[in-house]
Amino acid sequence: MSRRFKRVISLLSVISLMVASMTGCGTKETSGNSNTFKIGGLGPLTGSAASYGNSVKNGADIAIEEINAAGGVKVGDKQMTLELKFEDDEASPDIALTAYNAVMDWGAEAIIGCVTSDACLAIKESTYKDGILMLTPSGSASGCTEYDNGFRLCFTDPLQGVTMADLANELGYQKIAIIYNNSSDYSTGIMEAFREEVEKNGGEIVACEAFVDGANDFNTQLTKIKGTDAQVIFVPAYYNDASYITTQAAELGITLPYLGSDGWDGVLAQLTDPSVAEGAIFLSPFFAADEDEAVSSFVKKYEEKFSATPDQFAADGYDSVYVIAAALEKAGTTDSAQIISAMTQITVNGITGSVSFTKEGEPNKGARFIEIKDGAYSAR
Amino acid sequence: MESVIEQIINGLRTGSIYALIALGYTMVYGIAKMINFAHGDIIMVGAYSLYVFISLLHIPVILSILLSILVCALLGITMEKVAYKPLRNAPPLAVLITAIGMSFLLQSLALLIFKANPIPFKSIIKLAPVKIGSITIAGISIITFLVTTLIMIFLTLFIRYTKAGRAMRAVSEDRQAAELMGIDVNRTISMVFAIGSALGAVAGILYVCQYQTLQPTLGALPGIKAFVAAVFGGIGSVPGAMLGGILLGVIESISKAYISSELADAIVFSVLVLVLLLKPSGLLGKNRIEKV
Repeated sequence: MSRRFKRVISLLSVISLMVASMTGCGTKETSGNSNTFKIGGLGPLTGSAASYGNSVKNGADIAIEEINAAGGVKVGDKQMTLELKFEDDEASPDIALTAYNAVMDWGAEAIIGCVTSDACLAIKESTYKDGILMLTPSGSASGCTEYDNGFRLCFTDPLQGVTMADLANELGYQKIAIIYNNSSDYSTGIMEAFREEVEKNGGEIVACEAFVDGANDFNTQLTKIKGTDAQVIFVPAYYNDASYITTQAAELGITLPYLGSDGWDGVLAQLTDPSVAEGAIFLSPFFAADEDEAVSSFVKKYEEKFSATPDQFAADGYDSVYVIAAALEKAGTTDSAQIISAMTQITVNGITGSVSFTKEGEPNKGARFIEIKDGAYSAR
Repeated sequence: MESVIEQIINGLRTGSIYALIALGYTMVYGIAKMINFAHGDIIMVGAYSLYVFISLLHIPVILSILLSILVCALLGITMEKVAYKPLRNAPPLAVLITAIGMSFLLQSLALLIFKANPIPFKSIIKLAPVKIGSITIAGISIITFLVTTLIMIFLTLFIRYTKAGRAMRAVSEDRQAAELMGIDVNRTISMVFAIGSALGAVAGILYVCQYQTLQPTLGALPGIKAFVAAVFGGIGSVPGAMLGGILLGVIESISKAYISSELADAIVFSVLVLVLLLKPSGLLGKNRIEKV
């Protein structure tokens, strides 16, 4: 008897759970009429690229607070406040899809993310099918904006490669060695454009060494580069790889300067001895010591709130929220299709520079370089 | 030419770390007839212990190293007592699954305690690179060679000439017979786990000084490579593990440098398959005929 009773109880509890989850689905429909606009954020909060995701999230949080404190966004004839739910995608394509589904179940009406290219590429198809605005703050692979609903705030990989190649030319580097991650679209995309542009400029790639995700031993690649007459090493990779490469190169007695991609941002926090990266130059649209008023006010708020100096990812996250707010205001409705078409009509004066968007989803904005000097980032 | 020599030095260094880890696999296999898949994670525990003692508790370096080794040795003994001893007469598959479970347990614990974010850790080895002609040898390489060579010499002497070493050899030869001769099998097995894990701790310390970053999964890949090295050299054979580890490191480094960095792992494993085809018991493994 008691066993049967237990069964009935467990069956009942399962049914009640199911009912509860269904009513959860039901409330999602009505959320469109409320006065909050829900933004889903996706990025790595843990794992080897965690610094990017956390920065984007923190930056976006500040922007949301500012906008809500100022009364929210005027959408048509009503004021709406913004709400952000940020899910961890661990920079992994599989987990990105799960995280995307999680924010969609929550009722997201626009997506900021993903933060890394490979994760972006994994969710773009789903966002297109769902017809929702996807604005990646930092997914730079060219495929991220393939669909009409995809926009990006940062430079594309090919553009980064070309810009860095032109810088190398300007600095007089003719013989260049490359170490890139050939299991990452981001790294490979930059490398290919870089190599092409260097050759166009009359330079020579004396070594092009590959590694794969998760590699932490670069001694072999570096030893090979050491045997060439390279004048500079170009490392289009994330800060974690950059920290291994610069540290191990110093141990091998390599004193060549480095050029890097925007993934280098955050490298100093990872280095136990910052002097190994001295003189490295990488691309970044944001510089925390900028004297611009909007920038310094953002930096101050960020430092107060998170007791850390914001990097370009934090700035990208911050600007992304303002871009979505501007598109929402321009559209005058929470209808996703209208917000997406409003994206090409707005110009946002953000802390990563003034930005507008092309129909292809690419940003129009200028490039800036950061140099590591005396163990600190400085504008170049 | 210099670059070939430097690549070989690189290979020797990673190879010596593999060899240290492989010794743990091979000794445990020799005596307990099981593959301790959690051995890779002992390396991780060793690395994290060093970090805790030095960076968080500010204990002097030498003492921290000894404490980390002690932590791992105790962990090895506990692991054997709790997880493997009750299964001593169970089918090998059950022990294997338990070992994999232990590995996940240790990794998840590290993930819970230290989170997934990589932690930068400043190397405790501050030896300047040595230049011989145009060849530069990093300080860490020299220390790694010295430490591994010394350990291997001591280990060989220990196994060959001490009473405890003789007991280890006897138990690995025939457990029942050893027991009849009055050898305390349980104590011998515990000792082997302690020594294997202590070697794992040394490998972990060298590893973290080399790469200067801590992650909960840091032991996984070197663990697998070292397992391959142990099989390569002949599992159960102590000199085999040393040879296997060092050869594996050198083959890996040379193929990465001169064939393809993407194919390096594939080449390493192809060499393993080839060796096992020609010599199924590994390079120095004994070919024992099973009596039915």
